[in-house]
Amino acid sequence: MTASDPMAEIRASFFVECEELLEALQDGLHALETGTDDGDAIHVIFRAVHSIKGGAGAFGLDHMVTFSHRYETVLDAVRDARLAVTTDLLGLFFRAADHLSDIVRAAREDEDFPVATSAALLSELDAHAADPQPADQPQEPDFAPVALSLDLLNDPETKNETALNRYQIYFTPEPELFETANDVPHIFAALAELGDLTVKCDTNRVPTLNQLAPEAVYLSWALSLDTIVDEAEVASIFEFVDGLCELQILPGPTTSVADEADTSAEPGKSNASSAPLSEPEASAPPRDTKNKTFVRVDIERVERLVNLVGELVINQAMLSQSMQSAGLSPHSDAMNGLEEFQRLTRDIQDSVMMIRAQPVKSLFQRMSRIVREASASVSKDVRLITDGETTEVDKTVIERLADPLTHMIRNAVDHGIEPAHARVENGKPAQGAIHLRASHRSGRVIIDVSDDGGGIDRARVFQTAKDKELVSADANLSDADIDNLLFLPGFSTASSVSDLSGRGVGMDVVRTAIHALGGRITISSEPGQGTLFSISLPLTLAVLDGMVVDVAGETLVLPLSVVSETLTLTKANVEALGPGRSVVRNRGAFLPLLDLGSVLGYRTISDSFVDRIALVLTLEDEVSIALVVDEIQDQRQVVIKGLDDSFYRAPGIAAATILGDGQIALILDPADIVAHANAGGAISSTYHVQEARA
Amino acid sequence: MSDGNATQPIELLTFKLGDQEYSLDIMSVREIRGWTRATPMPLAPSFMRGVINLRGTVLPVIDLAERLGLPKCGQSSRNVIIVVKHGGQMTGLLVDAVSDIVSLDANDMQVPPDSGGYDGLNVIRSLTVIDDRMIRVLDLALVVAQSQSDAA
Repeated sequence: MTASDPMAEIRASFFVECEELLEALQDGLHALETGTDDGDAIHVIFRAVHSIKGGAGAFGLDHMVTFSHRYETVLDAVRDARLAVTTDLLGLFFRAADHLSDIVRAAREDEDFPVATSAALLSELDAHAADPQPADQPQEPDFAPVALSLDLLNDPETKNETALNRYQIYFTPEPELFETANDVPHIFAALAELGDLTVKCDTNRVPTLNQLAPEAVYLSWALSLDTIVDEAEVASIFEFVDGLCELQILPGPTTSVADEADTSAEPGKSNASSAPLSEPEASAPPRDTKNKTFVRVDIERVERLVNLVGELVINQAMLSQSMQSAGLSPHSDAMNGLEEFQRLTRDIQDSVMMIRAQPVKSLFQRMSRIVREASASVSKDVRLITDGETTEVDKTVIERLADPLTHMIRNAVDHGIEPAHARVENGKPAQGAIHLRASHRSGRVIIDVSDDGGGIDRARVFQTAKDKELVSADANLSDADIDNLLFLPGFSTASSVSDLSGRGVGMDVVRTAIHALGGRITISSEPGQGTLFSISLPLTLAVLDGMVVDVAGETLVLPLSVVSETLTLTKANVEALGPGRSVVRNRGAFLPLLDLGSVLGYRTISDSFVDRIALVLTLEDEVSIALVVDEIQDQRQVVIKGLDDSFYRAPGIAAATILGDGQIALILDPADIVAHANAGGAISSTYHVQEARA
Repeated sequence: MSDGNATQPIELLTFKLGDQEYSLDIMSVREIRGWTRATPMPLAPSFMRGVINLRGTVLPVIDLAERLGLPKCGQSSRNVIIVVKHGGQMTGLLVDAVSDIVSLDANDMQVPPDSGGYDGLNVIRSLTVIDDRMIRVLDLALVVAQSQSDAA
């Protein structure tokens, strides 16, 4: 098992760190782009790339090292104000950041590095890097640890403008350093690669032989390093022995004409506290986390906690059920205590669910990449404006939202936003805008995707639907009805299948994905003004608001979100309709009746539906059906337990939950029930019809 | 002789299905539970008894007798569910009663004779004799795997 492999764990934590760094990188670039930069952004960006490089080096991910190194070189030029940030350069930075995240992903998944893209980006980066200093930009191949004559200090001209820094390093290893299999020569060798290194060992503390403790450490070193790299990079050499040694890195005078450091102090004299290791440490936390501390937790532990709390909720339900049946007075101490217990349980449950909650920010960042790539591929100028990035949603929801959102964003770029000339003609800015907003509303999260494009071309949508015979030719549809045609399976307005969208993945797939998350999607559009898709989602997939019903002696749970009303079936409102079908008349419409018990195979023959209860379910595509059940118990929140589908996948069943009495109740998947009933459920109801006629 | 020349003793959990004695490698057994009512799964194969609540996990339960083509187990408090784990997956096997735990040498195992016309599942890995009683040693992988493919 790899779980206990320490190297795998370290590697895994490196990739987690990479995710955070890439996020910080995106944030920084975004700040540069929007001008919300307070002068710190370029440093954040640089540090992020630099830290990725450092980690990548430790794992021998050469490709990642090379790419981030040369990326860093250009960033460094910007940082030193040798290179101005232009829109083009920023675009390149964004693409490089995207590519870096590809490289990281490839490394994590053990895939091949996307070398071709790398090469293209690298040559672009190098072009920028070469601009300010064509000759001596320190790139790895050119940079061998050549012994530099110290005369250079007095003759800065010889090395062009390359800044040469001297660092005094005082290094005293602790015994733990050796215990963790680090060794001093390796560190010094790595330092020597950065520049000209002078090593002096201090042997003063070495005792006489009879006092020598074999595992004690008596040596310390004073090093002097002349290098062009900055202090953070010098410090990064010591990253792996951080905390295992006493370390001081003191910057000496800079020897270049570029007066980077005005520190007039001489090497030996600089005061010790001015540059402890921690300060130039490259992994600065993302800026918006200033006052918060975070704990990185294995998701399995959280899952376990979620499960345990689920147990607690179930146990509490059991307890209250048995206390109620014991006939205690509602004013008794025990009942009061139970009430308090229920409140606490609910609070704990909410708090635990919050642990899994994550801001949608990472998702939104991915979308800005999608916009960049999509707009480049159709040659449109589109920017993404995000709002409510800190809105928190369950991790699973975020993960499963990525695909539908990607599709919608691509759609918006491809179909929504008009070409620039058309926009200008209509008095709109040439640059299109897509807004992505997240917000909380009454216990659900709302995600809006809107564009300021031409809106839905309803005439064309209607015509397409008619051509494809999705609606009858003489249908009279409202604007909203026409908009909703977009969700029909097989619908596509794209007159030609573009590379970007229309690859057989339509809005119907988006809607299915949203429904699978227990969400809803609505559409509204204003001709000439743009289109808005609004997604409403539950905050978590771990609990469900359910309606608990009884059928054939079994207890089943229906998602409350699909139940629109309940009906009592009477002779007056039930009609048989052809072989195998019955319908109920409700609000002027006829809804097909489905007996849940026979659909699930709990009973083969349905009695007459009269005097029984039906739930009106509103499903996707605005399809409504009436589901016949024996009894409605109540509405309550249930803890969702996954079913092992690999063993047996039951039709119509989505998951399970545990009831107050410890029994398992199955949670229904209404759409699947309807699909299943349509496929094979006709036989049992045929019998019913014959019987009813007899 | 059966697979391998292992000299390590094998511990078996023996149990009864009707009047026949069966056994499973004890390493695959996680726990033994008394009978509780299972929630039936819709339209499942008849040997699928349904799912039970195993301390918060939803555990599928198979009627092992019916799975092996024998008359199905009764549903009394004497019935027992053996919780087994195979390939990271937990399954409950409903049996009539658990008998004993025995330790055997691999050399005590015999390959079952070719069962020609036998139309049940060929899930018996080997046979052994304890106190003059014949014990059938089940191949758990086949019990679970076959039920999966049948169901799918």
